[in-house]
Amino acid sequence: MSAQLVVEQATKRFGGVVANDSISIEVPQGSIVGLIGPNGSGKTTLFNSIVGYHALDSGSIRFEGQEITSLRVPEIARLGLLRTFQQTRIYGKMTCMENMAASDGECGRGIFDLLRPVSAETRENAEALLEFCGLHSKRHLRAGDLSFGQQKLLEFAMALMAKPSMLLLDEPTAGINPTLINGLIERLKRANQDLGITLLVIEHNMRVIMNLAEHIYCLAHGELLAAGSPEDIRNDKRVIDAYLGAH
Amino acid sequence: MNGRKQTLLAIVIALVAIALPLVTPDYRAQIALLWVMVLFAMTWDILGGQTGYNSFGNVVFFGIGMYASAVVQRDSGLDYFVALFLGMGLGGLIAVAVAAILGSMVLRMRGHYFAIATLGLGIAAAELAAGWEFIGAGSGMTTPLYPGDPGVQYLFFCYLFFALTAVVFCLLAWLYRTRFGLALNAIRDNEDKAEAMGLRTGLYKTVAWMIAAFFLGLTGGAVGNLLRFVDPRDTAFAGATYGVWMVLMAILGGKGTLWGPVLGAVVFHVTQELLWTHLLGWQRVALGLIIVAIVVFFPQGILGWARERWPERFGHKVEAS
Repeated sequence: MSAQLVVEQATKRFGGVVANDSISIEVPQGSIVGLIGPNGSGKTTLFNSIVGYHALDSGSIRFEGQEITSLRVPEIARLGLLRTFQQTRIYGKMTCMENMAASDGECGRGIFDLLRPVSAETRENAEALLEFCGLHSKRHLRAGDLSFGQQKLLEFAMALMAKPSMLLLDEPTAGINPTLINGLIERLKRANQDLGITLLVIEHNMRVIMNLAEHIYCLAHGELLAAGSPEDIRNDKRVIDAYLGAH
Repeated sequence: MNGRKQTLLAIVIALVAIALPLVTPDYRAQIALLWVMVLFAMTWDILGGQTGYNSFGNVVFFGIGMYASAVVQRDSGLDYFVALFLGMGLGGLIAVAVAAILGSMVLRMRGHYFAIATLGLGIAAAELAAGWEFIGAGSGMTTPLYPGDPGVQYLFFCYLFFALTAVVFCLLAWLYRTRFGLALNAIRDNEDKAEAMGLRTGLYKTVAWMIAAFFLGLTGGAVGNLLRFVDPRDTAFAGATYGVWMVLMAILGGKGTLWGPVLGAVVFHVTQELLWTHLLGWQRVALGLIIVAIVVFFPQGILGWARERWPERFGHKVEAS
């Protein structure tokens, strides 16, 4: 398996705080990779660096062989590398269907392609994906009126609508009730297997990440602490210490 | 309201618009101005309502149209109508160019910063115009006399502005249904998310402003002839009146909707005329009170309030699956 995303020696400082200290990770094509670590360990900072929210102080990031270190957010998104947010971000005053239609295959399209009404094909795709995420009956509600958990699902559906080749998910199960979480794990796995989308997932819920990921990276204090299979991570003393505060 | 009812309503309004100036010749000037107000509110709403960028500077494009038309009419030596239409077109094009340049700069700012920056644009434009001899500086410009009967003149402007309103309305009705319209709404609701989804937000915002600028330029070009006088501060770049009214009318009717600005402009213009007539001397005070009442009781506008009250009428309902 070739690596679809390669982060090499990424370092990011905010003033005197080193949020990411020469971190290197690889995400193989078609895999599900987990990123864990205690609060403040630099997981979201690494995500932000990858998708172009802020420039790295040193290091490089390559996506599908292309150097993306200095590209900005929309450019990276158009390459097919999308992210979802820890605090959900959806278009609150638009209906779910409009949210979906607005997210459809923007990647690489010019303004004249936009000057067309929403096609029947787009609408069918949107309905199918909303069905997939269990939001079909709410599709004409305004997205802002949905519950937090439903908004997370909608954000996930919107990401799928854009047909990315890799999806970075920032705590997809945070704030979602336990019954819905099982459904979400199922959907994430299906998106990976059926649609072939590579997933890089930040997650605090150990049960979820151990179930989902094939390979896990653990950060602590901005450094890469451990990497390996879920089994290795579970038995790694340093990881346990980091979570319990012995580090 | 479904599509068929909306079309029917639009046809009824069009018929009334054509018949009204013929039936009530005394109100022709007012009816012409009413369409100008509708144009103000509709064009403002493209960026202000649909995209969420509250501009107080749209009056710049209006003023550019007014001056462009007046200059063409003064210097070209062409027939009245030819010069008028040529001037309107030129005004529209210059306004588009100015919107593209200004937009690429000020549309990087968000929220209040954008609003304040655009407020400055209107004032700066007025001061520049008031200091430029070529366009009459502080004493402004007069536009040529309409070749014909004054009553027919107002009838001509009634229909000219109505035609422009109809074109803009149909264009926007189409535009808001395209994916471009959805992209503008996405920017309004969460611009960071729109960027993260790969939308070219900067380009879309600028294009939205250019569309508004084009039609404001055309409108301004003709309004100079309706008022017969172009003044840098009081008519062309009248930020304190036209510039603020645009915003108010769109908010009153319900910003971010197709019909809201139309409704808001009609209610606003009629109210204002009634105040002039019945409360002379106090009309500005009454207008101020109305503005306060709108913001306090109808912050979402008339249509926005209706949408909150009867969401199912606007199609927002859970479907049994």
